[in-house]
Order: sequence, then C-alpha cells, then structure tokens
Amino acid sequence: MEIPYTVETRADTGLNNVKLGIWLFLASEVMLFGGLFSSYILLRVGAVEWPFGSDILSVPLATFNTIVLIGSSVTMVMAWASLKLKDLPKYKLYMGLTVALALVFLVVKMYEYADKFSHHLYPSESTFLGIYFLITGLHGLHIVGGVIVNSFLLLPGAKMWETAPERFTNRVEAAGLYWHFVDLVWIFLFPVLYLL
Amino acid sequence: MDTVATVEHAPARAAHEPELGFWQKYVFSQDHKVIGIQYCITALLFLLFGFTLMMIMRWQIAFPGQPVPLVGGLFGAANAPGGIMLPEFYNQLGAMHGTIMVFLGVVPLAVGAFGNFVVPLQIGAPDMAFPRLNMASYWVYFIGGVVMLASFFAPGGAANSGWTSYTPLSVIATQGQTWWLIGMAFLITSSLLGSINFIVTIVQLRAPGLTWMRLPFFVWAQLVTAFLLLLAFPPLEAAAFLQLMDRLAGTSFFMPSGLVVSGQALEVSGGGSPLLWQHLFWFLAHPEVYVLILPALGIVTEIVANNTRKPIWGYRVMVYSLIFLGFMSFIVWAHHMFMTGMGTLISAFFQTTTMIISIPSIVILSSLFISLYGASIRFTTPMLFALAFLPMFGIGGLTGLPLGLAVADIHLHDTYYVIGHFHYVVAPGTLFALFAGIYYWFPKATGRKMNDLLGKIHFWGSFVFINGVFMPMFIQGLAGMNRRMYEGGRAYQHVQDVLQWNSFMSWSAWGLGLFQIFFIINFFMSMKKGKKTNDNPWEATTLEWEAPSPPPHGNFVTPPEVHRGPYEYSVPGAPSDFTPQGQR
Repeated sequence: MEIPYTVETRADTGLNNVKLGIWLFLASEVMLFGGLFSSYILLRVGAVEWPFGSDILSVPLATFNTIVLIGSSVTMVMAWASLKLKDLPKYKLYMGLTVALALVFLVVKMYEYADKFSHHLYPSESTFLGIYFLITGLHGLHIVGGVIVNSFLLLPGAKMWETAPERFTNRVEAAGLYWHFVDLVWIFLFPVLYLL
Repeated sequence: MDTVATVEHAPARAAHEPELGFWQKYVFSQDHKVIGIQYCITALLFLLFGFTLMMIMRWQIAFPGQPVPLVGGLFGAANAPGGIMLPEFYNQLGAMHGTIMVFLGVVPLAVGAFGNFVVPLQIGAPDMAFPRLNMASYWVYFIGGVVMLASFFAPGGAANSGWTSYTPLSVIATQGQTWWLIGMAFLITSSLLGSINFIVTIVQLRAPGLTWMRLPFFVWAQLVTAFLLLLAFPPLEAAAFLQLMDRLAGTSFFMPSGLVVSGQALEVSGGGSPLLWQHLFWFLAHPEVYVLILPALGIVTEIVANNTRKPIWGYRVMVYSLIFLGFMSFIVWAHHMFMTGMGTLISAFFQTTTMIISIPSIVILSSLFISLYGASIRFTTPMLFALAFLPMFGIGGLTGLPLGLAVADIHLHDTYYVIGHFHYVVAPGTLFALFAGIYYWFPKATGRKMNDLLGKIHFWGSFVFINGVFMPMFIQGLAGMNRRMYEGGRAYQHVQDVLQWNSFMSWSAWGLGLFQIFFIINFFMSMKKGKKTNDNPWEATTLEWEAPSPPPHGNFVTPPEVHRGPYEYSVPGAPSDFTPQGQR
C-alpha cells in the first residue's frame, strides 16, 4: 500500500504531505507560544511592579546567543541547498555546524540558568522570573528537540539519501522550517524578556 | 464501472500485502480502521466509566447521608466511611466525570474513532497521510487516560477542582491536580498529532474528482473540527504549563497577593491573575464545544440524507455556515465569564459575538429539518437516533441563548440550568449522534448488521430516560439551585420546592444506565452473530460503501474516482433511488 503525495506534489494543492504537515504543526506552535506571550502581557499590565529585564538578565550573553541561533539558521539553509545541489559531504558539514551551534546556544543558556540559581533567583522569586524561566525553558526544550531531529538527519537518517534522495531532501526541508520557527521564537523572546 | 466491489476480490488484493503478526495487526497497528476501532472501544469504556461516576453522584444528590448501595464499600474509608460519601469525594467524582466524558470519551469517539475510520474511506484514500503518527496519537491518548485513572489512587484522590480547574483553588488542591495537568498534556499532544493528520489527509488524499463541493458533509465537519483542535488546544497546554509551575515551582502566575487559606497567609510571591487561567481555559474550551458538536452534525447529515432518500437541503449553505462557525468559535469564549467582573464593555462584545454564532448553528439545524420535508423516511435504528438528535440539540442550543446574554446570565450562572443546557447539547445531542453513527457504520466495520430490535429498545429507553434526567434541571436551575452542591441543594431555603425532582432525576439516570445494557449486548453479540450484509446495506451514495466490508488494508479494490456530488438520491431518470459518487 502506497500513500500518495509523500514526495511528489499534488497538482491542485501544490503541496506534498510533509510540507503541509509541518506548516500545520508550526501553526499550533504559534498558538502555544502566543498563549504564553499573551499571558506575559496580561500579567505585566496587571502587575504593581515589574522589573526591567536588563537589570536582572545578561543582555551580552543573550545577544551572543541571538547571533549563534541566526547563524545556525543560515547553516541549516545551506545544508538543504547542498542537498538540492546533490552534494552530500557539504550537507554533512553544514548540518554538523547547525547542530554544533545549537549546542553552543544550550551551553550558554545553561550557564545563564546556573548563574541565576547561584544568586537564589528562582522562578518562585517573582512573576517576571517565573515567566522568564517558563518561556525560555520551553524554547530550550524546542532547541533540544531540534538537536535530536537534526542529529538523526545528520547520522543514521542520512542513509535515506542512497535510496530516496528526494524524500530525504523533503525531510531536511521540514526540519529546517521547524528550526527557523524556533529561531523566530527567540527573536521575539529576546527583546520581550531581556530588553523591554 | 461496477460500483459495488464484492467481497471475493478482497483476498486477492490482500495477498500482495505481507502478513502482519498479531501485535502489528491489532495492537500497534498503523491501519486507520484498526486505530479507529481501538479509539472507539477505549472511548466507549471511558464513557461507561464516566457515566458510572455520575450514577454514583446521583445517589448522593437524591439520598445524601445514606450509604451508597452495591459499590459503597469499594471507595475506602478515606472517601466514603461506611459507604457514606464525603464532600471531598463528591468533588473528585464531579471533576473527573466532566474530564472523562469530554476529553476521554466524547472527543476521542467523535474525532478519533469516527474520523479515523470513516474519513479516509469517504474521500477514497488508502489510509491516513501519516499512519505512524496516527498510531502515536492513539497511544498518547491511551497513556493520558491511564494517568487520569491512576490519579484516583494519588494521595488525596483525583483532581477535585471541577473539570474547569479554576485557579487559585486548583493550585492549592491535592496532588491529584498535578496528575490531571500531566494527563491533559498527553491528551493535548494526542489531539495535536491527530488534527495535523486529519487536515493533511483531507487536503491531500482526496480521490480524483472529489472536489471540495463534492465532499460529504461529515468530512467537512471533521476538517473544521481538526482546525479547532489544532489551534485552540495549544493555549490550554500553555495554561497547563503555567499551572504546573504554580504547583511545582512555587510561581504565582494565577495567585494574587494576600491569599489566606484556612486562616493562614499563603507564602507565594503573589501578583498573579486568577482570571488569566479562565481566559486561557475557555479559549480552548469554547471551541471544544464545537469539537463536540460538529462531528455529530456531520454524522446526522449523512444518516438523514441516506434515510430520507433525498439530497440534503442547502448543502452549500451548510458548508459555509460550518466554516463561519469555526472562525466565530474563537471569539466567544468569555461568555463563560460574565460573572467574573471582567467589565461590561468586554461582556457586551462577547455577548454580541455569541448571538452571531448562533446564526450558523441555526442555519445548519434548519437545513436538516427542511431536508425531512416531503421525504418517505426509513425509520432504521440509526435514523431514529439521528431524528431524536435534531430536537434534542435544538433544545440544547436554544436554552443557551439566555446564558449568552449577560443580563439573563446573572440569574442563571452556575445553576442547574447551565448543566441542563450543555448536557442537552452533548448527551441527547452528540451522544445520540454517536450512537447513530455506530449503528450506521457497524456493517462497514464488521460486515454484519447490529440487531434491530435491541437497537430500538436501546433507543426508546434512552430517549425517555435521558429527558427524565435533564429536563427537570431547567426547572431547578430557574428556581436558583446551584450546581456542585454535594447534598443536592438541601441547605438552601429558596430551592426547597424543587428538591423533589432530585430523586426523579436520579431514578431516570439509573434507568438510562439500565438501557445501555441492551447496547452493550448488541454491540458484542452482533460482532460474532449479526446478520451478514453486502458492501452497501443502506444503499448509500458516499465512497466508503464502495469498499469491501470490512475493508482490507489499503481499503479499495480499485482506486475510486468521483463523478458527482455526495447526496444524489432519487435522481429523476436514474435506474435506482441512489447514484453512488463513483458511478459515471
């Protein structure tokens, strides 16, 4: 039994199943983070006092992390483009870089968390810190998920290139769309929590 | 083209497929039909369990302070010493009844079971677009259900803050609430996986010639439902994370400053908003109401068209109404919150949108009523349930209008009137439609018909008693009797005149339970001994009846093609009174 349109596009919708699926998933993710950002706004406008993020959090570290994540998005696109050019070694290089940059981001984030905890700044301290830890923690989990998927596509998953190159390229594209979304969440998160 | 595929072709087709072992075929199956049946049986068991909780609660309401008969000894001394129910235990039963019925019973049955089984067949697809995701969706749902059931054994018992889990009460509640939140996270993930799968399947895998306006209405209903699940559930997931943080990490997202509990000031940082939970919760839970009702409307439409032997009146308008309903359902949520003091301006806005959303609902219901006009109706068992659905859902919908008006809601809020209203929508509404669907598609799933006599006994008994349960609730509610009273409202002077209804409703509930036995016997007996049927026993037009009964892995013997609309019954000049969609 074959499911149609797993690789080829359907003429009247112009999509294949994977691409439509990942876009729908991202739509639900928008609602998830949208719910959290809305909660942030409602909690902040209702608060008696609310600290400036930059007084508590480290803006230089977060700026560094922003650059790291944007860089990883660029390497992700390069990885996909390399596959389109049928260059597997280049794909492995760029995908490896993407995973490495994501790990750098996580290490920096862990350092930030450890620094907060060492100063006894826990989520229970204030609503600001609570929402900071929740949103960045959830975003961090999304990064971890991305690392797992990308590592799979880098190592065992790349075997598919031999048998079904087009299908594999589609998978990398879908993973890339997810990765850009996670990046985009951080682009919103950084000014909202660290700068405003 | 031969439209009715015969069963003899099925083995030839199946021979191409590698034979699967027992576990892969029936337990970890990726076949949409097996997954649909798994959903169906699991959800029916949860419905029975949730209903049992309610039958126990009805004893307490009718005869408070008396030991619960039969099962009273099972609850343990912590919940019901000597079989006499404690208020805390009543609260657990109430919260879990709502949760189980909505999230583990009706939605998995309406979407997981019927959506999975029927949608790929009706659009002529070999399976769902992502079969492995489909299997994951069922098993994540199963785990969520196990977590919910296990929470009864947590210290302090299951969640007891109502199915709405309003803060700050739920934040300071016993450990069962944490289990509830974790269980909900599983259920939300399951419905997310399912809804992506449904949308991709319907958009991508329609058979050649099956254009949007040739889709059966049931498929349209599932499509809109999937969008509601996809977009409305994530904010509740966000809310569940926030509440988990409040409970486990000591944050105060929902905890205002200066809370005093049992005479002691709570040690939290404060500054949170209890209303925030209600907004996030109802942002899910109002679209959820439409998740409950839209698949039911879809099922009823299929059955009405088939048994009136007429095209559905106003198919296009129904589809447009359905889409409009889906959009509007996202901006009516705060009509559950008129009494929270959120402000008259906001109330006025949500009151207006609520009145607007009633229009497409009435358009759909009216179209179904008009479809009956002038028909020579076949009163089959599924049709009886579908016919009963129409006025029952009508009562449920119309009694909702006074609740949607902020002024009338002041009197009716949190009374039994509200309970009567939404139970009319969901119980004799949606559940009747789901029963109709089971009777209707049972021959497709098993190749056998359910027993007609037992089905009719089930219908008439359920129909009489279910009204006995819910109709008096309007009387009690209008008299001002509050919901969630563990002694059935005896403490209140102003409801003394309507208290005598309590035992009437309880006896009706137990009678309702008694008549479900006919269904259970019928369901299992017909699987083995039901009358064998051909592939199209109802002489229906939609594509699922062109597949063999039961359909093999991969569904169709020859890939179907569609040449006409979904409900071409009694076409003048046609050789029979139904023209299948696949017929040239």
